[in-house]
Amino acid sequence: MLLVVEQFLNGLQFGLLLFLLAAGLTLVFGIMDLVNLAHGSLYMMGAYFAATFVAWTGSFVLGALLALGATLLLGIVLELAALRHLYGRDHLDHVLATFGLILFFNEAVRLVWGPAGLALPLPSWLAFPVTIMPGIQYPAYRLAIIVVALLVALLLYLGVMRTRIGMLIRAGASNREMIGALGINIKLLYTLVFGLGAALAGLAGLMQAPILTVQIGMGENILILAFVVIVIGGIGSIRGAFIAAILIGLIDTLGRAFLPNLLRQILSSAAASTAAPAMSSMLIYLLMAIVLVVRPEGLFPASRR
Amino acid sequence: MKSSLNAQTIAAAALVAALLLLPAYSSLTGNIFILTLFTRIVILALAAVSLNLIMGYGGMMSFGHAAYLGIGGYAVGILAQEGIGSGYAQFAVALAASALFALVIGALSLRTRGVYFIMITLAFAQMAYYVASGLARYGGDDGLTIYKRSDFGGLVNLSDRVQFYYLCLACLLAVVFLIWRIVNSRFGLVVQGLRSNEQRMQAIGFASKRYKLVCFVIAGTLCGLAGALLANNTDFISPAVMYWTRSGDLMVMVILGGMGTLFGPVVGAVLYLVLEELLSQLTEYWALIMGPLLLLVVLFGRGGIMGLLGRLNRG
Repeated sequence: MLLVVEQFLNGLQFGLLLFLLAAGLTLVFGIMDLVNLAHGSLYMMGAYFAATFVAWTGSFVLGALLALGATLLLGIVLELAALRHLYGRDHLDHVLATFGLILFFNEAVRLVWGPAGLALPLPSWLAFPVTIMPGIQYPAYRLAIIVVALLVALLLYLGVMRTRIGMLIRAGASNREMIGALGINIKLLYTLVFGLGAALAGLAGLMQAPILTVQIGMGENILILAFVVIVIGGIGSIRGAFIAAILIGLIDTLGRAFLPNLLRQILSSAAASTAAPAMSSMLIYLLMAIVLVVRPEGLFPASRR
Repeated sequence: MKSSLNAQTIAAAALVAALLLLPAYSSLTGNIFILTLFTRIVILALAAVSLNLIMGYGGMMSFGHAAYLGIGGYAVGILAQEGIGSGYAQFAVALAASALFALVIGALSLRTRGVYFIMITLAFAQMAYYVASGLARYGGDDGLTIYKRSDFGGLVNLSDRVQFYYLCLACLLAVVFLIWRIVNSRFGLVVQGLRSNEQRMQAIGFASKRYKLVCFVIAGTLCGLAGALLANNTDFISPAVMYWTRSGDLMVMVILGGMGTLFGPVVGAVLYLVLEELLSQLTEYWALIMGPLLLLVVLFGRGGIMGLLGRLNRG
């Protein structure tokens, strides 16, 4: 019971982080029709910026805010310098160009911060366990991640559904040419959306940083998971991304935690312990393949073009 | 190609001639390293050429093509480990396993299109990657060392550098020839028709999915061949061969050289890998130059190198 609750919360926390990444990815994908493989690099940059700024300022919150601003700025610069010239191009051009950006960012990080990973210490005021239920304790930092991510998700929902900019974003997702024709400064909107996506990726990276090591290539694994999320959720749909992200987070975490024991009941224990890690890593890809075979446009297709 | 002597044909002919003469250069200068490098390049060019069949001619953007490299490689590695050293058996299993994998994932993936197709092929390749990581008997994550290269009796000795190089080159040229025949056959024309307008082809009465699936299986099988050669070249196979960035590398080679051109992927593979080698000799941080270079190719060089050469023709 204790393990179940703990793993459930871990899954929720991981899912919410995935959502922060996937929200930016799905917005950029849905509105600008841009496949951005370098989104994972922004996640990595967020973590590196946070580790650096926290060490400089000595304050976790201040460092995190600076890192957030830096990723936002980096996203805007990236959009202005390179990515805006790719809109309207073939998806394959996007893949090639942003693959190049991944190479560039990984190498730049190696040049600036060196090949060894960095560690970002837990803020001391969050480094204690919280009793969430009688007899069940859970790290305060992970709870804080859940709370912050939920707040951001709520803000994002309100921003997209209730504000004027959000209305333009939704309009852009369903018909780009039309809102351009209606006199909206579409270029500015694109830059803003990209910056927002970058900041969300950076936020995910900096919040994850104290739990994992900050290292080169940390963006690549999670980028693929974020793509799985937006494909399952339906490209361009924030609601779909939210549901799919939680689903993926839970399945991945619970699978890793409980699949070995389940397998042990059917297979011999030696066979189970070798098969389990591979099988639990495969689970989400299996889920994605099944979803796509049954619903080729994801669970919540945003628009039919 | 209207005139027989345009820049693209000359470039392709020069490249083939250079590849054919490479072992002579290597033995004259005593530079063995260049032969090893180019053996790898030729094998990956073969994989890129096979990817080009579905990507360039068929319009199917597979982001999981490196899976076949792994499947072909593991077929060789596992059989060698189990004491079956015959190259005929190993290569036959490599091709059959790749074809079977392509058939299954193709049948499922071709239900989707566009970006969803890119992502579902990626998902299947990742599954293959994790299956290979779970093969504890065959090294798991650490990979599998192949102690003896495929044995083809007296026909060809794979442990001889020059013979192995020419075997790989022969495979590459044979596959390019095969793809040339496929592309210009009725089947190939139907597949290209499907790329430009699937609905119209269906309306004329072509069973579009069946054509695409056959094309997908051919490409997968040919890449399996590259995988079997690659495992022999490195005497080693590990799941890393199937990781998604490897599939990305293959896509980059195809796009860099020029999608949907016969020799484009070969040019792309040579250029990409030679550039990687040169830059890494120049500086430890070669990717710092390589990354922006790819970006520039996309921004200013539409249609890859072959596209550039094509524009050169028109002046």
